[in-house]
Amino acid sequence: MIALLKRDLALALRAGGGFGLGLAFFLIVVVLVPFGVGPEADILSRIAPGILWVGALLAALLSLDRIFALDFEDGSLALLATSPLPLEAAGMVKAAAHWITTGLPLTLAAPLFGFLLHMQSTAYPYLLISLLIGTPALSMIGTFGAALTVGLRRGGLLLSLLVLPLYVPTLLFGAEAVRRGAAGLDATSALVLQAGITAGCFAILPFATAAVLRINLR
Amino acid sequence: MSLWEYANPRLFMSWTRPVLPWSFALAGAFLVTGLVWGFFFTPDDFRQGSTVKIIYLHVPSALMAINAWIMMLVASLVWVVRRHHVSALAARAAAPVGVVMTLIALFTGGIWGQPMWGTYWAWDPRLTSFLILFLFYLGYIALWEAIEDSDTAADLTAVLCIVGSIFAILSRYAVHFWNQGLHQGSSLSLDAEQNVADVFYYPLLVCIAGFILLFIALVLMRTRTEIRARRIKALQARGRHA
Repeated sequence: MIALLKRDLALALRAGGGFGLGLAFFLIVVVLVPFGVGPEADILSRIAPGILWVGALLAALLSLDRIFALDFEDGSLALLATSPLPLEAAGMVKAAAHWITTGLPLTLAAPLFGFLLHMQSTAYPYLLISLLIGTPALSMIGTFGAALTVGLRRGGLLLSLLVLPLYVPTLLFGAEAVRRGAAGLDATSALVLQAGITAGCFAILPFATAAVLRINLR
Repeated sequence: MSLWEYANPRLFMSWTRPVLPWSFALAGAFLVTGLVWGFFFTPDDFRQGSTVKIIYLHVPSALMAINAWIMMLVASLVWVVRRHHVSALAARAAAPVGVVMTLIALFTGGIWGQPMWGTYWAWDPRLTSFLILFLFYLGYIALWEAIEDSDTAADLTAVLCIVGSIFAILSRYAVHFWNQGLHQGSSLSLDAEQNVADVFYYPLLVCIAGFILLFIALVLMRTRTEIRARRIKALQARGRHA
């Protein structure tokens, strides 16, 4: 498992754009929003939690189709399926690698981008915690979506259509936690519910991912 | 004779042939009776005026939008567990009908909402979860269309339907957390002492029966079409090999 994780991370690093592309995309979304809604600081600070969460979500979506596509093409996915490592565990490792290359950098960069959007200072810890709890769920759900569409030649657009509705609960609780934090309210319930969704995703989706991969490799 | 024998496509075809016209006729009869009764022979509501009558389209279609998804879920589970092809095809056949039901519910709700709430659309939990349900239907249909091998498509969409159901239920309750509702409570429930007043209740029940029958008729017809399309494909493949 560790070897697979190391291999995926090395591939993401050396192929270039693993870390960088998602972050750059996130930055562009954050920069484009003030052009769209105007530069007034109070409007920006009110919508900052939502923009940051939606931006992080789209940035995570961007690199999903690469989770399995290359492994599927060169046959290493078939090798993984026949290896002693259960395919469920392989799916989980793939999600973890995706999270380390996109979710984690996004989480660490988000406070900086919050600064650009004049976010309330009370919201920063909530932004960090909610992204830290929520982005693993985005990676796991995305891995399931990537496994669903791995056999398709042009699955990218379909992948977004399948995955985005599944992102609704995570996004909703994440943005709500930050919004409550910005307003100085107690955000514990939103964070706890979000953690529950993430835990549930990791409990159920590796099995669904493995089942779907086996069907696609048939 | 067990229920599972109907999973045999040939038996399914011979059994649905006589049932299909009857279910269409009954659906038409119930719908005409219910709608005419509801639209012309019930009084206007004290506060809502005649706009209340959209309930005869809105409530049954919303009900069937959810029930269609539940039927797809059951059919998907049957396909995953017992691998009856008719079941997978029935799930595929039900999806577009469910989409249309969802759209009818959303549009009639908007038409009613404009005079009553002063807006066609609000980010109310019920409205939002219906919009999310609509997106789930779209993704499900798109996945069916995208995959060429029909058994692979049936397997993948079945898994998507099962996982999607979990997330649909999660979203349904999550949106309550996010925004308090504008939509009124349930018009109907099995354990309530009183539902809507009786004058509106009986024609509504007739309309619901009509929508259920219409759904059954449409799904049967579409499933028959799918089975025939599958047979044509098999014949063509045989012709190429011969």
